[in-house]
Amino acid sequence: MSEKIYGLIAEFDSPAAILHAAEKVRDAGYRKWDAFTPFPIHGMDKVMKLGNSLVGWVALAGGAFMFLNVAGLIWFCNAFDYPLIVGGKPMFSAPMTFVPSYIMLIMGGAVGALIGMLGLNQLPRLHHPLLDQKRFELVSRDKFILVIGAQDEKFCVTETKKLLEAIGGTHVAIVEDKD
Amino acid sequence: MTDSVTNLEELKRLAPPAELRRAPVVEGRPNLGALTDKLSAFAEGKTPVWWWVFFLPAAFAATVIFPTCLFYQVFTGVGVWGNNHPVMWGLDIVNFIWWVGVAHAGTLISALLFLTRQHWRTTIGRMAEAMTVFSVMMAGLYPAIHVGRAWFDWFMFPVPNSNGLWPQFKSPLMWDVFAVNTYLVVSSLFWFMGMIPDFAVLRDRSTTRIRKTIFSFLAMGWTGSARQWHNYEKAYVVLCGLCTLLVFTVSSIVGLDFCTAQLAGWHATIFPLYFVIGAVFCGFGMMLVILIPLRKWCGLETVITKSHIDKVAKLTLVSGLIIDYIYLMEFFIAWYSGDPYERWVFGHRLFGHTYMIMGWILIGINVCVTQLLWFKKVRSNLALLFIIGLLINGGMWSERFVIVVGSLYQDFLPANWGKYMPTIWDIGLYIGTLGAFFMLYLLFVKFLPMIAISEVKGVMPEADPHHPLGGAKKEAGHE
Repeated sequence: MSEKIYGLIAEFDSPAAILHAAEKVRDAGYRKWDAFTPFPIHGMDKVMKLGNSLVGWVALAGGAFMFLNVAGLIWFCNAFDYPLIVGGKPMFSAPMTFVPSYIMLIMGGAVGALIGMLGLNQLPRLHHPLLDQKRFELVSRDKFILVIGAQDEKFCVTETKKLLEAIGGTHVAIVEDKD
Repeated sequence: MTDSVTNLEELKRLAPPAELRRAPVVEGRPNLGALTDKLSAFAEGKTPVWWWVFFLPAAFAATVIFPTCLFYQVFTGVGVWGNNHPVMWGLDIVNFIWWVGVAHAGTLISALLFLTRQHWRTTIGRMAEAMTVFSVMMAGLYPAIHVGRAWFDWFMFPVPNSNGLWPQFKSPLMWDVFAVNTYLVVSSLFWFMGMIPDFAVLRDRSTTRIRKTIFSFLAMGWTGSARQWHNYEKAYVVLCGLCTLLVFTVSSIVGLDFCTAQLAGWHATIFPLYFVIGAVFCGFGMMLVILIPLRKWCGLETVITKSHIDKVAKLTLVSGLIIDYIYLMEFFIAWYSGDPYERWVFGHRLFGHTYMIMGWILIGINVCVTQLLWFKKVRSNLALLFIIGLLINGGMWSERFVIVVGSLYQDFLPANWGKYMPTIWDIGLYIGTLGAFFMLYLLFVKFLPMIAISEVKGVMPEADPHHPLGGAKKEAGHE
């Protein structure tokens, strides 16, 4: 059954409504659910207990990687492989390496942030079962949609549907997974 | 009940008077749906006539004048420009600094104002970022062809080659290569990442199959789930922080190109700051030039309100005042140092024979015209602001001319003195880059989300789950 059904979808009208609905879904013991909104909703990450995003660490790793690599590269180029005396300055010193290394730290951090964001969000993806839903298009406009996944241990079409309707969801429907 | 009434009265009593209240980000209180319609209308609607009127000349400059000047210079040599001994840096470097400068205000508006939680930036942030991306493209071109043998540009990168040579990393000119490339890559990434949720908006609204395919591809499967937003917001803050560093780094390094030279007028520790603030000031001028017509022609007057323009004008004034202080310091230090060469150069900036007109344009615009922005009447007069924006761009261009050429044409040895006059190829290339910039900008305005749709919606009271308009009142008993 879970192969055919992706989950149950319910629609809400305001950020407050979906935030409270999310609290209730969480309190009912569901785990594999998500809220789809046109913009980030303040407090939703707390309700979903998302903690701190790992993106920052990916960016830090990217930045540190580039910083050390560029500093190493400069040492290799100007002090090791082809020692170059310019203006009687040392072959290798902090002031000459800092600026390019620091600039490339920014580059590494930025690329890390983008790749981290895409990777953690499992993007890019060509298809998502929810994107087939006609009403799901409204989520980028002014509707707030809550989806409880069929993978969830507590998922049961009738019971979950009842819950979604009880907490104020409209247009509750089954989403099929055609993949 | 009585509690809430007294609270309400208390709130009313404590509320600031009308003139001190914060202007709404979007005027007219549209609901979220109507706002989405409004913000995506221009990218979806029929192309208006004014767009063609500006696009065609820009495209002509970009596709005819630009490549003609470029190819002629590359095939013939740098000699086609006016650059010659002793003025080896001419209009190409002047324009390079000018374009980098235009870029900086865009990053400052989109990144620094995000970190300082200025909600009003959401409506102009995307347009500012686009300005950054396109002007860095134009800037990066100049040093690449100024080297003379453009086909050896790859020597600037640490690529293993058969000569066994490496770039010389002790030179700020080398740091510039890294700085400008990083600026281009990072500002493009920042611009693109900000657009992902808006591509999803346009994807979901698209009516034709081709639009749907293109925007589905660009949105990369964005669904807007809380988990996605969670990671997205973190990445956005990180990118904003990194871009803010770039605002202060890239022009500083351009400034270092000058101040490491021993030349009078260049050899000053104030240069990195000087270039950063000059860049930001010039970019705000360009922002005024772009925003004022586009808000009217694209029907965005309630989104980019007079209050937004007023704030940009205030930021222009602030950066202009810092620039004025730096001019004052430059002249003071030239006098106070007692160095006859410094005194000579600075004296000739205003009272010399050949280029004193540029010096007075600099003073007239950057020092005098900027002071008009103190007046609220000027800041609310859009036509006047547009003209001031144009003038500031010209003023900052002449400032770079004064710095670059003014110091080079008369150095320590009178036998070395010479004159510099740009040729038609110098000017043609500048017109070409201007055309390319505006062509790209008009394409961006027409085809991509020019306003950050999801960001603007996110700062509306309707988006706040604790605000009555966000639905908080309905469940008053919940807390």
